[in-house]
Amino acid sequence: MAIEQQAATHAVPVARRRRLRGETAAEALVRLSGISVIIFVVLVFVFLAREGIPAFFEVEVGNLLGTRWYPTVGRYGLLPLVTGSLLVTAGAVLISVPLGLAAAIYMHELAPAWLREILKPLIEILAGIPSVVLGFLGMIAVAPLLREHLNMPTGLSAFAGSVMLAYMALPTIISVSDDAIDAVPRSYRDASLALGANHWQTVCHAVVPAARSGIVVAVMLGIGRAIGETMAVLMVTGNAARMPDGLSALFQPVRTMTATIAAEMGEVANGSVHYHVLFAIGIVLFLITFLVNLLASVLMLRRGTRRDQLLE
Amino acid sequence: MVTGAMPPASLQPPPEGTCDAMTTTAVPSKIRVENVSFAYSNAEALRGVSLDVYPHEVTVLFGPARSGKTTLLRLLNRLTDLLEGTRRSGRIYLDGQDIFAPDVDVAELRRRVGMVFAMPIPLPMSIRANLTYGLQLKGVRDRALLEARVESALRAAALWDEVKDRLEDPASSLSGGQQQRLCLARILALEPEVILLDNPTSGLDPISTSKVEASLHELKQRYTIIAVPHSVQQAARIADRAAFMLGGEVIEVGTAREIFTRPRDPRTRDYVEGRFG
Repeated sequence: MAIEQQAATHAVPVARRRRLRGETAAEALVRLSGISVIIFVVLVFVFLAREGIPAFFEVEVGNLLGTRWYPTVGRYGLLPLVTGSLLVTAGAVLISVPLGLAAAIYMHELAPAWLREILKPLIEILAGIPSVVLGFLGMIAVAPLLREHLNMPTGLSAFAGSVMLAYMALPTIISVSDDAIDAVPRSYRDASLALGANHWQTVCHAVVPAARSGIVVAVMLGIGRAIGETMAVLMVTGNAARMPDGLSALFQPVRTMTATIAAEMGEVANGSVHYHVLFAIGIVLFLITFLVNLLASVLMLRRGTRRDQLLE
Repeated sequence: MVTGAMPPASLQPPPEGTCDAMTTTAVPSKIRVENVSFAYSNAEALRGVSLDVYPHEVTVLFGPARSGKTTLLRLLNRLTDLLEGTRRSGRIYLDGQDIFAPDVDVAELRRRVGMVFAMPIPLPMSIRANLTYGLQLKGVRDRALLEARVESALRAAALWDEVKDRLEDPASSLSGGQQQRLCLARILALEPEVILLDNPTSGLDPISTSKVEASLHELKQRYTIIAVPHSVQQAARIADRAAFMLGGEVIEVGTAREIFTRPRDPRTRDYVEGRFG
């Protein structure tokens, strides 16, 4: 090492020094980019907290936990918005999880190889469709369809939002579930087949259960994408901030947290109570998505350790 | 030197006493492999393999890595069906019936010819469910029968005493040696006719290994066993009959005594004496 270095210095000292300077510069640049990401994230947190936390002092807790959202008369009940978001998301999960799982199983187990080669990239393209395009589609195609066939006063409802969100969560769920199924070692299949199971029984009883934690992660990531989604929801849910009352609320207009922020932020007086409450909604939303992502990471971590155990 | 390590048991002729090369034709073979060649999509694995396996014997396939032992085992219960782009010729008969005939129920074949893999894979369910899985797929619903099979299979695999109080625990909570015996037990629960063992003691400590080997001597009273052993020494300990494989071909087949004490082929002799491989 030392001899090499000496020889190099001796042979091309200038070139070497120049290269060293280049390396230092590159390293500094990479370091700067890394640190700046941290700084940006922290800044977002600080900003969100600075603008949102005052709401909890300016508005009584009872008011915030109320069921009426009428900012113009000082009613800042967040419950209809939170339940609206949860309702739309729950509907999306109910639609997208069975569909997504079935699609992943179909793609991985039943589809011929050439079809799989086409499906996989198509599904990834699906994930890239801008949500405003999907919202537009929901508004002019899905909502009228629902109105006519389900005999609703308006198609713009929680259910329409759920359908569009399910559509948006599907690529994530399919793609990550497919990877999870793919990661199941072939020996699991062999073990099940050697016990006299057919292909379908093997998939149901051995492969999917073995991929279970990966599939749960897929669902979590799908939910994470759905609950934070704004544009499509704003366009198709009808935006009436009313408290859901039972199952029928699924077919009535609702308003989600994200839609509220997007719709009202533009016309609110900077620094007013209303303005602070909108940021407080952002904090609540952030906490929910954070929890969902945390849960997904914990499950992912547990999956990792379980695989290590298998290898022992 | 290898032969010197053999326990006396394996030097004794098998129970029937009819297994000398001269008289084998008198006993009908359980499995007959006839001129089988097999190739994966990227490599040839077996070339013109012929072999007779007789009931209530331990037949050992041994030889260096990549000699086609595992491929031959996997052909016997058609686990090779799953791979794409394979080519096969020749025939394999189980009790005189061609296992590749179009009317063969593959699931039923795999219940009759059970396989234990080199790496134990407990299915992601409880210990009990691992044992009842195959039976339930077969259509057994009778709880009392299932319970009886669970117990007898675990006893036969020398695992009952260790797990009888924790049958509902996930099977993955067992130790490696216990998992290997569980995998044997869940095959036994199906009461197969032939048991294929692909290196069943890999990763086991010497004590567990001797437990498994000892249980083979009992199991062959009821089943026909084909095993790929861990080493030549183990082959000599457990075999009634042995086939030496090299490069996808069966070089020499004979009773354990012939193969491990006076092999005819120089390649077999070299391998048994540890000069290559």
